[in-house]
Amino acid sequence: MNYSAKVLEHFVNPRNSGEIENPDAFGESGSEKCGDITKIYLTIQDGIISEAKFQTFGCCAAIAVSSVTTELLQGKTIEQAMLLTESDIVQALDGLPPEKMHCPPIAEEAVKSALLNYQQKQKKLL
Amino acid sequence: MEKDFVYADASATTPVSQEVLQAMLPYLIESFGNASSIYQMGRKNESAILNARTTIAQCLGANPKEIFFTSGGSESDNWAIKGTTDILKSQGKKHIITTAMEHHAVLNTCQFLEKQGFKVTYLPVSSNGIIDPLDVKKAIREDTALVSVMYVNNEIGTIQPISEIGTICHEHGILFHTDAVQAVGNVEIDVQKQNIDLLSISGHKFHAPKGIGVLYIQNGVNISPLIHGGGQEMGKRAGTENVAGIVGISKALEIAVRDISKKVETLTPLRNQLIDGLLQIEGTHLNGDRIQRICGNVNISIEGIEGESLILMLDMQGIQASSGSACSAGSLEPSHVLTAIGLGRESAHSSLRMTFDKNFHEKDVAYILETVPKVVSQLRSMSPLWNAKKGGLQ
Repeated sequence: MNYSAKVLEHFVNPRNSGEIENPDAFGESGSEKCGDITKIYLTIQDGIISEAKFQTFGCCAAIAVSSVTTELLQGKTIEQAMLLTESDIVQALDGLPPEKMHCPPIAEEAVKSALLNYQQKQKKLL
Repeated sequence: MEKDFVYADASATTPVSQEVLQAMLPYLIESFGNASSIYQMGRKNESAILNARTTIAQCLGANPKEIFFTSGGSESDNWAIKGTTDILKSQGKKHIITTAMEHHAVLNTCQFLEKQGFKVTYLPVSSNGIIDPLDVKKAIREDTALVSVMYVNNEIGTIQPISEIGTICHEHGILFHTDAVQAVGNVEIDVQKQNIDLLSISGHKFHAPKGIGVLYIQNGVNISPLIHGGGQEMGKRAGTENVAGIVGISKALEIAVRDISKKVETLTPLRNQLIDGLLQIEGTHLNGDRIQRICGNVNISIEGIEGESLILMLDMQGIQASSGSACSAGSLEPSHVLTAIGLGRESAHSSLRMTFDKNFHEKDVAYILETVPKVVSQLRSMSPLWNAKKGGLQ
C-alpha cells in the first residue's frame, strides 16, 4: 500500500480527534462492507464552523481522511461545507491508493449528515 | 549487526540464514551449470540435487524418489490438487474435501475446480480453530477423490489432527494432501506414520530463499504435471532445476528439523508471556487454541481498533507484525480464517498476528509489551466503537 507522505503524516498526527460535548451538529456514517465508522462533531457560530472534531474506527486512510476533513471544515460557512466533495478530500491528501477510494465518501457522508442535523435543529428552534 | 527493529512476521517470510546462504553460493557462481548437461559441471549439480532430495526425504520420512522440487507452497498446493484430481476425474471421482480455513492456494484452486465441474465440501472449523476428524469422515462420499487439510494454520497457528485425518482417508482409499507450509520446524513430519500421500512445503518459511518449494508425492500416486516441458523431476515437473534453491531448501530443512525441540523449548515460554501480557490489555481475546498451536504464533483481537492502523502504528515504533484485517490486505473482506472460527467482522478487522522464530528473544517480548498498549490507547482514543463501548459500560 503506497500512501502519500501527507496521508501518513495525518495518520500519525491526526488533527482534531475526539468529540465535542453538546455539539451544534453531529453526523455519522459507516461502511457495511469494510466496517469503517466515522463520527463528525461541529461547533457552529454565526453560520460558520468554528470547531470540527472526529472519531474514526478504520484503517490509516480512514483516519487521515477524517483528520483532513476536519481541517477543511474549519472556518467554512454551512453553504461552503455543503459543497465539500470526496475529491476535495483526496486532493488535500495528495491522493489515495485506488483500494482506499471508498474511504472519502464515508467522511463526506458524515459531514452531510452533520449539516442536516444542524439544519433540523435550527428548524426546531424557529 | 545491531538489530533495530522487532520482526514478528515469521509466518509471512524469514530471512535466508548464513548457513543456508553459504551452502547455496557455490551453485550460483562457480558451479552454475545446467544439471541436465552431461559434462562435469552438469553432473556435479545433478548429484547436488540428488543429495538434496535424499536429505529432504530423510527429514520427511520419505523416499528420495518421492521428493519433487517446485517454485514454492502455492505451486505445490496447486499441483497436488489439480494433478491428482485430473487423473481421478476419469474414474468418476469428482468430489474434494477441504476446510474453510485453508490457505488461498488451496481454497482458490478448489474454487477453480468447482468451475470445472468438481464438487467441494468446505469443512467447518471449531471456535478454537481445529478441524474435527469426524467431520472429514462424515463428508466422505462414493466419489471423493481427495482430502486436503492444512497441518498448521497460517493465521492462528493451530495444529490440525492430520494423522487421524490421514488414517480416515486411507481406510476409505482416498488420497490425503496436507499443506505443511507452516508446520516445518514446528512439529514433526513423518509422511509414512501420518498417512500422508501429498505434502507441500515452502523454503522461505524456514530460512531458505523465496521461490523454492517441495511437493512430496507418495510412490504410486498418479499425478498429471502442472508444468509441461523438459523431462526434469522424473518427467513430472518441467523447467531447469533451481540448483542453488534446491541445495538451500535442503540445508534449511535439515536445520529446521534438527532444531525443533530446541525451538519449542525456547519459544513456548516467550509465546505464553506475550499472550498473557497482551491479554492484560482490556477488551482483547486470543484467537485459536492456546495449547494446540505452534510455539511462534500469537493472534489476538483488540476491540475498537482496526488492524491496518495498528500495524502501521507498530511499524513506526519498529515492530513488524500483521493483521487479518481486510484493509491490511487491500480488500474489503476480513480474514476468512477468523470468520471461519466464528469471529464477527469487527473482531476479525481488529486482529493482530505476531509470528516469530529463532531470531526472537525475551527483550523483543518486553519491547512489544511496552509498545502495544500505548499504540492501542492512542488508536482507541479516536475510535467511536471503543468510546461507545466504554460509554455503555459506565
